[in-house]
Amino acid sequence: MAYSNKVLDHYNNPRNVGALDKHDPQVGTGMVGAPECGDVMKLQVKVNPATGIIEDAKFKTFGCGSAIASSSLATEMLKGKTVDEALEIKNTVIVSELALPPVKIHCSVLAEDAIKAAIADYKKKNSVGNHAAAQVAQ
Amino acid sequence: MAIKLPIYMDYHATTPLDPRVLDAMMPYLTTKFGNAASRNHSFGWEAEEAVETARKQIADLIGANAKEIIFTSGATESNNLALKGVAEMYAERGNHIITAATEHKAILDTCKRLEKHGCRVTYLPVTASGLIDLDMLRESITDKTILVSIMYANNEIGVIQPVAEIGKICKQKGVLFHCDGVQAVGKVPVNVIQDNIDLLSLSGHKIYGPKGVGALYVRRRNPRVQVTALMDGGGHERGMRSGTLNVPGIAGLGEACALCRKEMAEESARLGALRDKLKDRLAASLDEVYINGTMESRLPNNLNISFAFVEGESLLMGINDIAVSSGSACTSATLEPSYVLKALGAGDDIAHSSIRFGLGRFTTEEEVDYVADKVIDVVRKLRELSPLYEMFKEGVDLSKVQWAAH
Repeated sequence: MAYSNKVLDHYNNPRNVGALDKHDPQVGTGMVGAPECGDVMKLQVKVNPATGIIEDAKFKTFGCGSAIASSSLATEMLKGKTVDEALEIKNTVIVSELALPPVKIHCSVLAEDAIKAAIADYKKKNSVGNHAAAQVAQ
Repeated sequence: MAIKLPIYMDYHATTPLDPRVLDAMMPYLTTKFGNAASRNHSFGWEAEEAVETARKQIADLIGANAKEIIFTSGATESNNLALKGVAEMYAERGNHIITAATEHKAILDTCKRLEKHGCRVTYLPVTASGLIDLDMLRESITDKTILVSIMYANNEIGVIQPVAEIGKICKQKGVLFHCDGVQAVGKVPVNVIQDNIDLLSLSGHKIYGPKGVGALYVRRRNPRVQVTALMDGGGHERGMRSGTLNVPGIAGLGEACALCRKEMAEESARLGALRDKLKDRLAASLDEVYINGTMESRLPNNLNISFAFVEGESLLMGINDIAVSSGSACTSATLEPSYVLKALGAGDDIAHSSIRFGLGRFTTEEEVDYVADKVIDVVRKLRELSPLYEMFKEGVDLSKVQWAAH
């Protein structure tokens, strides 16, 4: 299989590899996929609580080159976005940016899922978005 | 000496033509172009002579008689001819065939086809070693069983089945034994008499011969085996395989067999040592590596190894100046991980992390060193990237994690 230059670039020089402290309340962690399926992505965001802006993002991925590139690109896209803007990131943007072939589209879907999971974890920790529901319940 | 890149280490897939084989073929591609079936002139005679020389060279390599060699287009055809040919020829005697779950697709898919035409097929499982259980084979044979088809050596994990024992069981039970010898012939001693093999498939391009030519050994005595032809035509090859003989290909296959016979002992010792060096270096420098299939009974040139927590395709991408193959789903057309590794019961994650190294006649020690260095380097890099390796290092039992499957 031939890889696009962008996939090769992210594979050879992955951006933002690493881990953030998952116990930090400012950090949201998302892990999606399964080893049996051949890919697992862990994506983390660190949010400034005052501004709601994602100040840092890290990833680690077990998967093919396209999965690594998709998550690497996702961390780049996340930085500087607000939490709500991050939720707007669609897998199709990753597909076109990396020129993924049809058989690798699931890699971009996984990256989108990882973003959503990380943000959901952050929101859960900080009860963001749960206030409204809580008030109604009262 | 500087290493020439890329390095070819996928000799189970195919092999380059040995220059000596090309020399043997060349006259039949140029001046000696006759049809081996032309009985009336010297062009035909010299072509026929080349074919008969090759038949003898092949027979000598496997302990057969030259008359027992049927030329085909390759091992896929040989396997089809053996299975379909026996199923049809012996239909009155029974309809049951026994094979194994780790056979090549040319066997498994042929069996599936035969099932649609009224045959019953038993697919024997293998143990974690990759070998079949002989008691299970014995128990699976019924009075309807006409054929047992078990490969000599596996194309992915290189394990060598207990062929002589299988042959003995088949002989005792009066059942024909077909053996797919593609990976074994020319690499390890194969003898159809000692192993009680009734039909044996082999291929040219796996033994430094040309592509597009293979053979099927069909036993002529004790018992005399017959197969129904797949194709109708001029009745070549004792009526079992019609079609003008591929004389240059056959001459090449014959020469390839002669070279293997001459050099096998020395070559297999050399390759075994190189393979062990590769294995030992990888195992010494990396933790959590698993050999797939037993090392006790294995081709000397095969190493199938899983680097846990690293996905196979991403590893191949990192070692892109080395030609090897992976059992990872991402490298297969079906997006399924290797069914052979799955049959070992190792789990899909191990299959996704597997690499098959196939060493061969032109592999050098320098290449093995280069490959070991490179693989170690890339595996380490990818493990830095791997959330699974991180969890493993934290002491998380990955088998107990609830994965969000997608």
